[in-house]
Amino acid sequence: MAETRSRTTAQGPDANTSRPARPDAGGAAATAGGSAGATQKITIAKALNLGLRAAMERDPKVLLLGEDIGKLGGVFRITDGLQKDFGEQRVMDTPLAESGIIGTAIGLAIRGYRPVCEIQFDGFIFPGFDQIVSQLAKLHFRTQGRVKVPVVIRVPFGGGIGAVEHHSESPESYFAHTAGLKVVACGNPVDAYWMIQQAIASDDPILFFEPKRRYQEKAELDTSATPGPLHASRVLQEGSDATVVCYGPMVRTCTDAVRVAAEDGHRLELIDLRSLSPLDLAPVFESVRRTGRLIVVSEAPGESSIAAEIASQVQQECFYSLEAPVLRVTGFDTPYPPAKLEEEFLPDLDRVLDAVERSLRW
Amino acid sequence: MSSPEYWTKPWPSSSADIPPPSESAPAAVAARPTAEQVIAGLRATSEGGPDLVQLLTPEGERVTHPHFDLDIPPEGLRDLYRDMVLVRRADRECNALQRQGQLGIWVPLLGQEAAQIGAGRAMRPADMAFPSYREHGVAWCRGIDPTELLGIFRGTDHGTWDPLEKRFHPYTIVIGNQVLNATGYAMGQRLDGKVGDGQQDDAEATIVFFGDGATSQGDVNEAFVWGAVYDAPVVFFCQNNQWAISEPMERQSRIPLYQRANGFGFPGIRVDGNDVLATLAVTRWALEECRSGNGPILIEAFTYRMDAHTTSDDPTRYRLSDELEAWKLKDPIERVRVHLVRSQFADAEFFAQVDAESDALAERLRAYCVDMPTPPPERIFSQVYAEGSPPLDRQRDEFLTYLSDFDHSGGAH
Ligand SMILES: Cc1ncc(C[n+]2csc(CCOP(=O)(O)OP(=O)(O)O)c2C)c(N)n1
Repeated sequence: MAETRSRTTAQGPDANTSRPARPDAGGAAATAGGSAGATQKITIAKALNLGLRAAMERDPKVLLLGEDIGKLGGVFRITDGLQKDFGEQRVMDTPLAESGIIGTAIGLAIRGYRPVCEIQFDGFIFPGFDQIVSQLAKLHFRTQGRVKVPVVIRVPFGGGIGAVEHHSESPESYFAHTAGLKVVACGNPVDAYWMIQQAIASDDPILFFEPKRRYQEKAELDTSATPGPLHASRVLQEGSDATVVCYGPMVRTCTDAVRVAAEDGHRLELIDLRSLSPLDLAPVFESVRRTGRLIVVSEAPGESSIAAEIASQVQQECFYSLEAPVLRVTGFDTPYPPAKLEEEFLPDLDRVLDAVERSLRW
Repeated sequence: MSSPEYWTKPWPSSSADIPPPSESAPAAVAARPTAEQVIAGLRATSEGGPDLVQLLTPEGERVTHPHFDLDIPPEGLRDLYRDMVLVRRADRECNALQRQGQLGIWVPLLGQEAAQIGAGRAMRPADMAFPSYREHGVAWCRGIDPTELLGIFRGTDHGTWDPLEKRFHPYTIVIGNQVLNATGYAMGQRLDGKVGDGQQDDAEATIVFFGDGATSQGDVNEAFVWGAVYDAPVVFFCQNNQWAISEPMERQSRIPLYQRANGFGFPGIRVDGNDVLATLAVTRWALEECRSGNGPILIEAFTYRMDAHTTSDDPTRYRLSDELEAWKLKDPIERVRVHLVRSQFADAEFFAQVDAESDALAERLRAYCVDMPTPPPERIFSQVYAEGSPPLDRQRDEFLTYLSDFDHSGGAH
C-alpha cells in the first residue's frame, strides 16, 4: 500500500478534520422536506438541548436524570436551563452511581414515565451495564410485551477532545450486540434535534450516542421540517466510484474525505448509518451494487464491531457486485491511548482517503 | 442488639502452627472462624436478639409488642394458616416435580412461608411488589396462581402473569437488580402524588424482596441511597434466611443487616420472619409509613431456608444438620397451628379441610405442569421490541421458512 498523500498536520484535538469543511455538508442537506420556517444556525449541543426541551414540553412524563445535569446543565451543558424551566422533579441531579441512574429509570418507566438518563462520559456507562443488558433490554420480551421500558440513555461518545482515560471510548457495539436495545448515533445538529425527540417518543429502550467532539459544530436547523424515520440510514452524498459508510463523529470526517476525493476526481457515495441497531443496510447494499466498493469508517476498535458486522453482511448480500474487499477504517484493537496519541488512533481524513485509494486500485 | 462475640473478638487459634494474633493485629489478620464457631455464632443470634419483633413465639404463645401489636380475629388467623399451608404444599409439589424431571430447577420456599405471607398480606391492592426468585408466597398473595410460576422453571416462558395488573413484577434472577427498579417505581408513585397524607384512599407504596446475600451488591446499596435521597415510598424487605447458597451471613456483613439502614438515614427493623403475625404487623406499619410519605424502611425478616438453595444445591456440604433441627423448632406453620388449637380458634374439621384443599392444589399443579405445551418457535422472536425491528423480522421469517421445509418432508428416516 502506497502513501497516497502527505499527512494532515496535527493542530490540536480536531486535527482530524483540520481541512476546512462546510459544516452543513452533512447537516441541513440531510433534512428531508421542510418548509421555510424557524430556521437557525445552531450547534449539535444546542440542538440536543432544544430537542430535549421540545420533548419535555410535549409530554409531562419525560424526565431527565443524571449527574450534574441540573444547575450545571451537565458537563457538556446539554441540559442547560432545563431544570430552571421544568423544576427539580423533572430534571433530577442524581446521586453518583450509574447503576442507580439506570436501575431507577427502569422503575420509573414501568410506572409510566419516559426517563432520559445522561451518562457523563462513555467510559462510565459500565457500572450501569448490568442494568442495561440484564433488565432494560429484556423486560419487554420477558413479559411478552406487557411491560414497556421507554428509557433513553444519552452517551457522549468518542475521542478527539484530548481527555484523560475513560473519557473517549466508543462502546456502542456492546449495546448493538444486545437484543432488546436500540442504538442510534447522531452526526449533525439536524439529526441531533430530531433523533433525540424520536428516541424519547419510542416505546423501546434506546442508547443514544452523541459525538462529543462535534458538539460545537453548526448547521442550519429548520424546526418546522418533518423528520424522516429514526431507524433509517441516509445517503448524504451520491456517487458512483465507491461507497463510504460511517456514523457519529466520523460523519464530519468522511464528509471532508468525500469532498477531497472529489477534487481528485473520485465520486464517492456517503452514507450516514444513524441507527446502529437495528441497522438499515438496504441503502448500503443498493449503493454497493452500483459502486462495487465499500469502506466502513468508525472510531471504535474494529474487531467484533459494528464495522465488522456491516462488512460481513455486505459480502453476504453483494458478493457478486464487489470489485474489492470491504475495507474497514477504525480505531485500533487497543485500549484508547493517551491523548497525545489519539490522532494516530482515530481514523482521520488521510486514513479514509488511503482506504478509498486502496479500494479503487484493487 | 449487641454483636455476637465472634464478630468482635480475635479467634482462639485452632492450630498450633498459626501464631495467635498480637494485641495490635487488626481483626482481618485474625484466624478465620471455625465451622463450630460460626454455628455457635448463628445460635447466639438465632433468637434474633432483643430488637427482634415477635408476636407469636415458637411455642405458639401469643405475646405483645409495645409498637407492633396486631388486632386480628380468629378468622384472620385461620386465613394466614391456610395461606402458609397451601404455599408450602405447592412448594413441595414443585420440588417433587423437579426431582421427577418435570421442572428444570426449583427454588424452594420451605421455611420462609411466614415472612412471605406476612409481607404479602400486608399489601393493599394498589401497592406494587418486586420479587427476587423465591417469592412464591408473595405471588400467592398477589393472586397469581402457582401454575403461573411453572413456566419459568420448566423453561416454557419467563413468567406469564401481567406484572402491572397483578402488581407483581417478574421474578429477577440477577441478584439485587430489582431493588433499584423498585426504588425507581416508588419514585414514580411519589411523582404521581400517590404518597403524602396517610388518609388518601389512592395512596400507594412499593415493596421489594431480596436476600441476605444481596445486601452485598452495589445495586442494593445504591437503592438505599436513592430511596433515602428521593424519599421513595419503598419497603426494602430482606429475607435473611442465613445463607447465600453456601455462604453464611458472616460472609456478607459484620453488623446485623437491619442496622445498616441507619447508615443510609432511614429506619431498619428486625422482625421474626418465622412469625407471620409479627411480619404482617411490621410490614403493614412500614407500608403505611411509605404511603404517608415517611419511607423508605428496611425490614430484615430473620428466618431460615429449611431446604436447599435450589434443587441443584447440596446443603450437606456446608451446614450441619443440628442447625436445621434447631430451626425446625421455630417452624412458621406449626406455631400458628398450635396457637389455633390452644385458643380453640380452629377445630379438626378446619385442619382436615385445609389439608384436602392443599392436596387438590398439588394435584392440579402436577396435572398442569405435565401438560404444559412448549410454545411455538415464533416465541423466540416475539415482543423483543415494542416497535419491532426489520432485521429481526427478516431473521424470524427466514427461520420459519426453514422450519416449514421440515413439515413437508414427509415420512420418517
Ligand atoms: C449477580 C448474581 N451473582 C450470582 C448469582 C448466583 N446466585 C444465585 S442465588 C445466589 C445467592 C443469593 O443469596 P441471597 O441473596 O441470600 O438470597 P437467597 O437465595 O438466600 O434468598 C447466588 C450467588 C446471581 N443470581 N446473580
